[in-house]
Amino acid sequence: MWSIYLNVVLQGVLTGLVYGLMALGLSVIFGVVRVVNFAHGEFAVIAMYAAFILFKAFGLDPLIAAAPIALAFFAVGFVLQMALINSFVSRPEHEQFILLVGLAIVITNALLMIFGPDAQPTNLPYAFDSYLVGPLIIDKVRVYAATAAVVVSAALFAFFRHTRTGAAIRACADNLVGAAVVGLNVKRLYALTFGLGLACVGAAGASMVTIADATPSLGPAYTLLAFTIVIIGGLGSMSGALVGGVLIGVSEALAGFIIAPSMKSMFSFALLIAVLVLRPQGLMGKKRT
Amino acid sequence: MTPLLSVVDISKRFRGLVAVDKVSFTLAEGEIFAVIGPNGAGKTTLFNMIAGMLAPDEGTITFRGRQIDGMPADAVCRLGIGRTFQIVRPFPALSVEDNVTVGALLHRSDVGAARSYARDVLARLDLFDKRDVAASALTLPDRKRLEVARALATDPKLLLLDEVMAGLVPTETDRMVEILRGLNRDMGVTILLIEHVMRAVMALAGQVLVLHHGAAIAQAPPQNVVRDPKVIESYLGAEAAF
Amino acid sequence: MRALWGAMTPRGKVLLAVLVVALLAAPLAVNRYLLSVLTLTLYFVYVGQAWNLMMGYAGQLSLGHALYVGLGGYVAAALWVHFGIGPWLGVFPAVAVAAAFGAAIGWLGFRFGIEGVYFALLTIAFAEFTRIGFDHIAFTGGAGGLFLPYEEKRLGEWWNLRGGQDFFYYLAFALASGGVVIAALLSRARLGFQWLAIREDEIAARALGIDVFRAKMKAVLISSGMTAIGGVFYAFYNNSLFPAQVFDIGRSIELILAPIVGGLGTIFGPVIGALILTPLGEILIAATERLGIDAPGVKAVFYGLLLMIIISLVPNGVWPWIVRRFALVKHKP
Repeated sequence: MWSIYLNVVLQGVLTGLVYGLMALGLSVIFGVVRVVNFAHGEFAVIAMYAAFILFKAFGLDPLIAAAPIALAFFAVGFVLQMALINSFVSRPEHEQFILLVGLAIVITNALLMIFGPDAQPTNLPYAFDSYLVGPLIIDKVRVYAATAAVVVSAALFAFFRHTRTGAAIRACADNLVGAAVVGLNVKRLYALTFGLGLACVGAAGASMVTIADATPSLGPAYTLLAFTIVIIGGLGSMSGALVGGVLIGVSEALAGFIIAPSMKSMFSFALLIAVLVLRPQGLMGKKRT
Repeated sequence: MTPLLSVVDISKRFRGLVAVDKVSFTLAEGEIFAVIGPNGAGKTTLFNMIAGMLAPDEGTITFRGRQIDGMPADAVCRLGIGRTFQIVRPFPALSVEDNVTVGALLHRSDVGAARSYARDVLARLDLFDKRDVAASALTLPDRKRLEVARALATDPKLLLLDEVMAGLVPTETDRMVEILRGLNRDMGVTILLIEHVMRAVMALAGQVLVLHHGAAIAQAPPQNVVRDPKVIESYLGAEAAF
Repeated sequence: MRALWGAMTPRGKVLLAVLVVALLAAPLAVNRYLLSVLTLTLYFVYVGQAWNLMMGYAGQLSLGHALYVGLGGYVAAALWVHFGIGPWLGVFPAVAVAAAFGAAIGWLGFRFGIEGVYFALLTIAFAEFTRIGFDHIAFTGGAGGLFLPYEEKRLGEWWNLRGGQDFFYYLAFALASGGVVIAALLSRARLGFQWLAIREDEIAARALGIDVFRAKMKAVLISSGMTAIGGVFYAFYNNSLFPAQVFDIGRSIELILAPIVGGLGTIFGPVIGALILTPLGEILIAATERLGIDAPGVKAVFYGLLLMIIISLVPNGVWPWIVRRFALVKHKP
């Protein structure tokens, strides 16, 4: 019996890592640029469709397509921040919300118009293969996707820890005025950060398409998921995003298994409410000043 | 006569840094009392504890016979203490009149009555002509006046003024001194003020308390305080003695 | 009310009178389809106004307001379907339930200092949680939906809110007018001033003796209660309720479009916003159909773009601009 639970948990962990990568993008954007990116999930869905198209047209494996997609998303994020979002950084939060909600609506419905409402599966040749490790049956797709997520996350961690630009970005997050005073080009750094955040989303979305079917309506759900993970894991903590992602992945898997698949998100929302009330800095975050 | 305000051995620490160190003083009704000292001396922290924005770590604050330390800011205001902020906080989108009406509504439930009282207060503060201007469009001196008017509209028995003279040119300072004296004399408002502008302190205050590194180093009428060697050394400099 | 009337210029008064007369006479002049569009518009005026009280005046961003629409609708509808309790009575428990949820959200948010984004997310979490929850409540039909029986012979039973398009149109008009009146009264009352103070600067508001927690709670209670009444209307007008639809975050966003486009914190903002958005949306759909483009989602793309444009260029909404441009009010509204 426990082997079933173990399988469920493991599945949750692997899926959760991909969620975590998506949330990592939001943690970086929200934590540094302090913009409420309410179109976050919608961007992930664009990435899903991009990977789906590349697979259909060129037979390109989504996990490989993740690289160019991430790059493209980096460029998009950079430009978007510079051209549009930068002017909203100092504006009241509700105005940021509305701008990005508008963008989210445009994206979701444009996708709807182009691809239609039905789910588009990506039929990978190895979609049904699995690794057998003792009592565990692990889907290969999930392992690959999770690995991709971990690799991208590690790259991002390394960037922030070991490069000057990464340190500069972290400085902006900690103390904006101080950063400007020491001569950091905040606008450019913001654009870089937004680009990096969207690159994560791009990679996550491309990976996600191996385990979920591309559907326009996933956008809002993923946005909420990303915010839930970021808040539970802790704003400003990159490892928190991954930990939160795994936590949500596992709890959703377990809730879906034990209670009912349709109720699995309820648990996540209840957890979000609890964290907002009791420990808003999340599991690993710093208190927001 | 029981004092209006009684502060006894008030202390506040911020993570190891002592901001206010066992400060005590009393205020009689009708007094004008000034608190001076270098930046970082703990003056605003002291104010914030009296006004209810911070709770003291030690000591008590008694106002009109009631212990108010630890009470929230709105409760303290309802009891009769009004305050201004060092960095003014107008309601930017509201008109000058509406700003003050908010204050007047504390003890008046009818909006019409509150408005007309607000107008009276604005007249006292030389702001009647600008009553329809949006607060965000005001100059700094006018914002300071608005800050005072708004607090005054709550019918305070004690008015806490945090550096209201900062940024004013001497003529504006003199006018503000005149207004405050008028408030004290005609409306019986007791005033506790934090000030750096010594001109105003000398003109207004009956008693001056000097803070340095959170502790009280002198308390005396202004002309004596400026001659106190400890005060000269820590804050005023030798020229102020003249 | 006299103060509001007095604050308008003659031009403004005339325009308002013309608008009211036009709306009252609409059923005589327009066809059934247009009347249904107008009914929908007036519904959005009402719920937008209710949301505007909480956001535009008290400054608390709720992105889960569909929760109250759904709760109001489901409570009144279930009471009618299962117990035959008419909606004019059922509206009271409907409002009570919605206000209770609002109170819970408000208490959690305000007591624990949850603000801005976090508060908005709290409201979304509650709405989503309830949406999924209702999928599993058999009493209200679960995911399959709750259906209100519609019988021709019962048309005219106004006490059961059974009526034709005209009936619902006038009902929507009454709601919308009521909403405007309530907003006008509150905005000029003591509570309205307290809300504005809190919205502008909560700390300064506290320093002026305002009990911020109580004022915010009143905002949530009034807003959620009012919205619930809109939910009752919605349920009996559409005759069916599905959790996935009525509690959906898309609905929450839909009902905030009008007040934002029109102007937050103004009395006529939600009116103008709805009058612009709803008919425009329908025109767009009709135009694309006429052109032979089958594009579900065109209307939404348009709304999305409009939102982005409005918030970038006229963040305070269209109404303040109109007021200034056409000199409709003597002082600032």
